[in-house]
Amino acid sequence: MTAAVADSPGVGSRRTRRDVLLQSEAVQGLGLISPTFLYAVVFLLAPIIVVIAHSFWTQHYLTIDRTFTLENYRIALTEPIYRDLLWRSLYISLTVSFLTVVFAYPIAYFISFHGGRHKGLWLFLITIPFWTSYLLRVMAWKVILGYNGVLNSGLMGLGIIDEPSTALLYNSSAVIITLTHAWAAFAILPIFVSLEKVDRTLVEAATDLGDGPLRSFLRVTLPLSIPGVIAALLIVMIPTVGDYVTPKLVGGKDGVMIANAIQVQFGKAANWPLGAALSVTTMVIVTLMALASVFIIRSAARMAR
Amino acid sequence: MPERPVADRPMIEITNVTRSYGAFKALDDANLVIREGEFFSLLGPSGCGKTTLLRMIAGFDNPTTGTIAVDGQAMEGIPANRRPTNMVFQSYAIFPHLNVEQNVAYGLKRLRLDSAEEKRRVEEALGQVSLNGLGKRGATELSGGQRQRVALARALVMRPKVLLLDEPLSALDKKLREQMQVELRRLQQAVGITFVLVTHDQYEALAMSDRIAVMFGGRIAQVASPKEIYQRPVNRQVADFLGGMNFVKAEIVEEQGASLVVDTLGFGRIKTDKPKAFVRNGSGATLGIRPERLRVLWDDSSAKFEVSGKVVERHYFGEITHLIVEIPGLEKPLSVTETNDFGADDIPVGSSIRLAYDPEALVALAD
Repeated sequence: MTAAVADSPGVGSRRTRRDVLLQSEAVQGLGLISPTFLYAVVFLLAPIIVVIAHSFWTQHYLTIDRTFTLENYRIALTEPIYRDLLWRSLYISLTVSFLTVVFAYPIAYFISFHGGRHKGLWLFLITIPFWTSYLLRVMAWKVILGYNGVLNSGLMGLGIIDEPSTALLYNSSAVIITLTHAWAAFAILPIFVSLEKVDRTLVEAATDLGDGPLRSFLRVTLPLSIPGVIAALLIVMIPTVGDYVTPKLVGGKDGVMIANAIQVQFGKAANWPLGAALSVTTMVIVTLMALASVFIIRSAARMAR
Repeated sequence: MPERPVADRPMIEITNVTRSYGAFKALDDANLVIREGEFFSLLGPSGCGKTTLLRMIAGFDNPTTGTIAVDGQAMEGIPANRRPTNMVFQSYAIFPHLNVEQNVAYGLKRLRLDSAEEKRRVEEALGQVSLNGLGKRGATELSGGQRQRVALARALVMRPKVLLLDEPLSALDKKLREQMQVELRRLQQAVGITFVLVTHDQYEALAMSDRIAVMFGGRIAQVASPKEIYQRPVNRQVADFLGGMNFVKAEIVEEQGASLVVDTLGFGRIKTDKPKAFVRNGSGATLGIRPERLRVLWDDSSAKFEVSGKVVERHYFGEITHLIVEIPGLEKPLSVTETNDFGADDIPVGSSIRLAYDPEALVALAD
């Protein structure tokens, strides 16, 4: 090798630059990721930059005034209507993600620990509702919760209530119920995966050291499945804050969420900058809420030891 | 350090224990008494039922029929978390979300000791396994040997009546394994707790145990001290599993009470002890002799009992040499292990040599 280079110094030095460039790991790495990188820039980064830019501008009927202003943020943060909508959205998404995780955990636990040879079948069955359109599933909840719906007739048939309740549909509870059902599978899967990774010998070791089934669950299985719980919580929390279809269909007047207001700004109200400012505000607050939830769960898990 | 005497008091009594999975019997009518303070090994190839038996003592599995008692108390219906036994798992099962100290203190939490006493016991257990000062180390930052020690400390800190060890050394490299064998034995002698070890490594069992139970196919073949198991195996299977053994065909001439007189082609007429499990099957029998019990005779030296043959193969192993010697009349050549002090590694292949043996070393084996 050394000898070959010494024999032809001219060729060696002429080729060196290009070869070194092509062979460098950094260049190869960049080359390999460039398609996905471009995709991310065009479809993720660019739209966000456009939205952020708009949020600092002003709409004048059909034209946009591109002088920097914080007026949109002042409106987004101080107008009671937007503040209320934002709070409601956060409340709904927090409740939905909490409920979803609480309902999903036992299901994931059952499949992982007692699914035996049929784990695959169980997971498959859980995904079946997702074969139909989301709209159809929301409509199904309308049928269940409506004035002449399944739930009302059932309760009346049982003699629990005398006349149909209007409290079931067209409010934030209806949104919470519908979203909790819709996101169940997305919470079950990450929790299932993290439970699968819990070494069963660890549970045996806890038993051997004196723990009954409940204590070994609380001290070993649950702490070790926390990453799955956090993943499930975030997977549900982040998209539900911005959900737009569900409140529109089952939320009624009391169930309107921030995304509906944003949609109005980009549509009928034709105030893109305000819509953009509302979007950015929501993104920032969701991020903060997600970080806070992760922090609280982690500390709770640490305390439990 | 003087050997700690083993009390003549039963600690574990296994009576007619069978464990079936459908038609398959993982353990078939096992009977065993393990004494208090004893280092007892269950030795056998994989699938012989040794781990099944250990897990039944721990309470992770239950006998199909038969009873297990620990310290005089029947274990039937007592779940694993309320048995006076603790286990060192093959994979160590160190809790990954806890540090060394928290791992060791895991079982103590339930006892609600005051914090000073708990700390003292954790320190003591870490000291017993030479892990002083590593209490704050995270479980994922430990080497294989350290994980093994944490698993030991975590079980010992509970002061169990019986410590169960499921192949605890199999994941370690050879050098560390040999070091841990010595340490485990020393630790057992120091704490005086009954140890029950499951292993498939015969040297491990021989080096550490007071007594060994050799198991094959769900049955206990022999229970005896390491020396007796090695020198007086009851049958061919046990003899073959524990180190090398030359098998020699023999004709029974006479049965005299507890001894046998047999004729062999290579070794002539031999009188030997009759094994307990010996069942006479016609006039044929098998004798066994360990490779190291055959010694090379040099030049003009002679022995009272000797055979002569021709070296057909030679294998060098550093401190010893392994010779394969053909003896006229024997259908299989003999394996001979000789130390290299006198130049056994220089014996040319093809040369004729004479081998000395002690007739006592030839043992009759049941099939």
